[in-house]
Amino acid sequence: MTSEVITVAHGVVGYDGRPVLRDVSLTVTTGEVVAILGANGSGKSTLIRAVLGLVPLSAGSVALFGRPARRFRQWHRIGYVPQRLGAGSGVPATVAEVVASGRLARRGVLRPPGRADREAVAEALRAVGLADRAKDPVGTLSGGQQQRTLIARALAGRPELLVLDEPTAGVDAASQEAFAGALRGFVDDGGTVLLVAHELGPLRPLISRAVVVHQGFIAHDGAVPDPAGHHAAPDHDHVHPHGPEEPAGLWSTR
Amino acid sequence: MSLFQYDFMLRALVGALIIGLAAPALGIYLVQRRLALIGDGIGHVALTGVGAGLLFQKSPVIMAVIAATLGAIVIELIRERGRTSGDLALALLFYGGIAGGVVLVGLSDSTSANLNAYLFGALTTTSRDDLVTIAVLGVAVLAAMIALRPALFAVCHDEEYARVSGLPVRTLNLLLAVTTAITVTIAMRAVGVLLISALMVVPVATAQQVTRGFRGTMAMAMALGLFAAGAGIWMAAVADTAPGASVVVLAIASFIVVTLLAAGWRRLRRERPVPAPAPEPHEVVLRGS
Repeated sequence: MTSEVITVAHGVVGYDGRPVLRDVSLTVTTGEVVAILGANGSGKSTLIRAVLGLVPLSAGSVALFGRPARRFRQWHRIGYVPQRLGAGSGVPATVAEVVASGRLARRGVLRPPGRADREAVAEALRAVGLADRAKDPVGTLSGGQQQRTLIARALAGRPELLVLDEPTAGVDAASQEAFAGALRGFVDDGGTVLLVAHELGPLRPLISRAVVVHQGFIAHDGAVPDPAGHHAAPDHDHVHPHGPEEPAGLWSTR
Repeated sequence: MSLFQYDFMLRALVGALIIGLAAPALGIYLVQRRLALIGDGIGHVALTGVGAGLLFQKSPVIMAVIAATLGAIVIELIRERGRTSGDLALALLFYGGIAGGVVLVGLSDSTSANLNAYLFGALTTTSRDDLVTIAVLGVAVLAAMIALRPALFAVCHDEEYARVSGLPVRTLNLLLAVTTAITVTIAMRAVGVLLISALMVVPVATAQQVTRGFRGTMAMAMALGLFAAGAGIWMAAVADTAPGASVVVLAIASFIVVTLLAAGWRRLRRERPVPAPAPEPHEVVLRGS
């Protein structure tokens, strides 16, 4: 039994009148692990930002878990992992404090954190292998460890869908493996993943479907393309529109 | 210490302590979001409210709260959408605020001493009514900052993530703007418009030299604010210095002391060998051609 988790229909996004996405359609169903690939500036990050409502669509529509994005309120079902920790300021924050932010979508603004929140934070830190760094300031962590902190923050909310923006860019090997392990656990528990990547690396075996964005269009939607990137060839530079009857991916068996 | 037998000194002390506690509790969020000097700007706008109050014979403090709140909301709306012209818009607002205040005070019958009270603070003239206003507003700000810490932390730390978490980001931002305006207005009584940001920012800057987490920084900044306020009023009573300036001088003195101690401590620790951090391998693996 699969259902649509993300549905983008004819999405158009422009920054300051310059089109970044032109007529993009994408459907992700339960249990899929979809990688969005493409060159820098192809619009792949913009696509997930549009899915999350961080950039407005100038045409087309986005639906999340079957609801139009405008009326979607169940944000606890989504865990977002941005490209990197915001530049932040001099005010220190511990790893556990950052990860605890991931509980807010579930708990709401007014309720103080309780035992369930602390347990979820500890579990998420274990999942990414940072349990021993919980009380350290995030500023003292390596780039890869900071990235794992952000994944733990998303996992702490126990989401059904993870949306990740270049999760492995500039991440050391140990962190890439810890990250792939955490993602595998999430997928094995029935989670759905949409991630943007420049380079799949150790994530490659996890990916059930690849979507290649090229110059604001979807140039390929299907099997993970060869590393050489045949999507760059001119004969693949066209759109494959697809509907809800998209064949189930490798991970969408349930 | 016997100076505190006078009611006006006692009122000054209580007022300063409340502000010393509330200002850093709010200031930590402003520092985190790199708006450390926003308090100054809102203080400028509040001065127009003071001028209007003096001119129309209404309570200057209430008028200042209104003007500062409106100014803070406008600033927040500019910040939210403006990427390019925000800087200039803020400058216009700030200097318009202080110039408007000076003009309005000039039009009223008040003396320049009256304006000075708001520019540099006049804690010792705190009336019983003033103290009630400071206490009610100060406690409200403090309660909001502590109760909403997880949400405000999330918004100030990573606004986009907070948005995807479904937090009411705009409401929280406006709340922060309004509480900043309120804090500025009550702190205006203590340290004056020109020194307002000091009480919000300096204790935070001091605390973060030695703390590891956000909660610890907030607690230590509040303790430092309380200390600076209490000791500043005591110093003013004993040495007959200006109370507001004394509070700020002590806050900055503690910043210098803590910075030196922290530097010395780090130096001591560096003598011991520290394991080198694991090297980061290549950013991407190039394959194919």
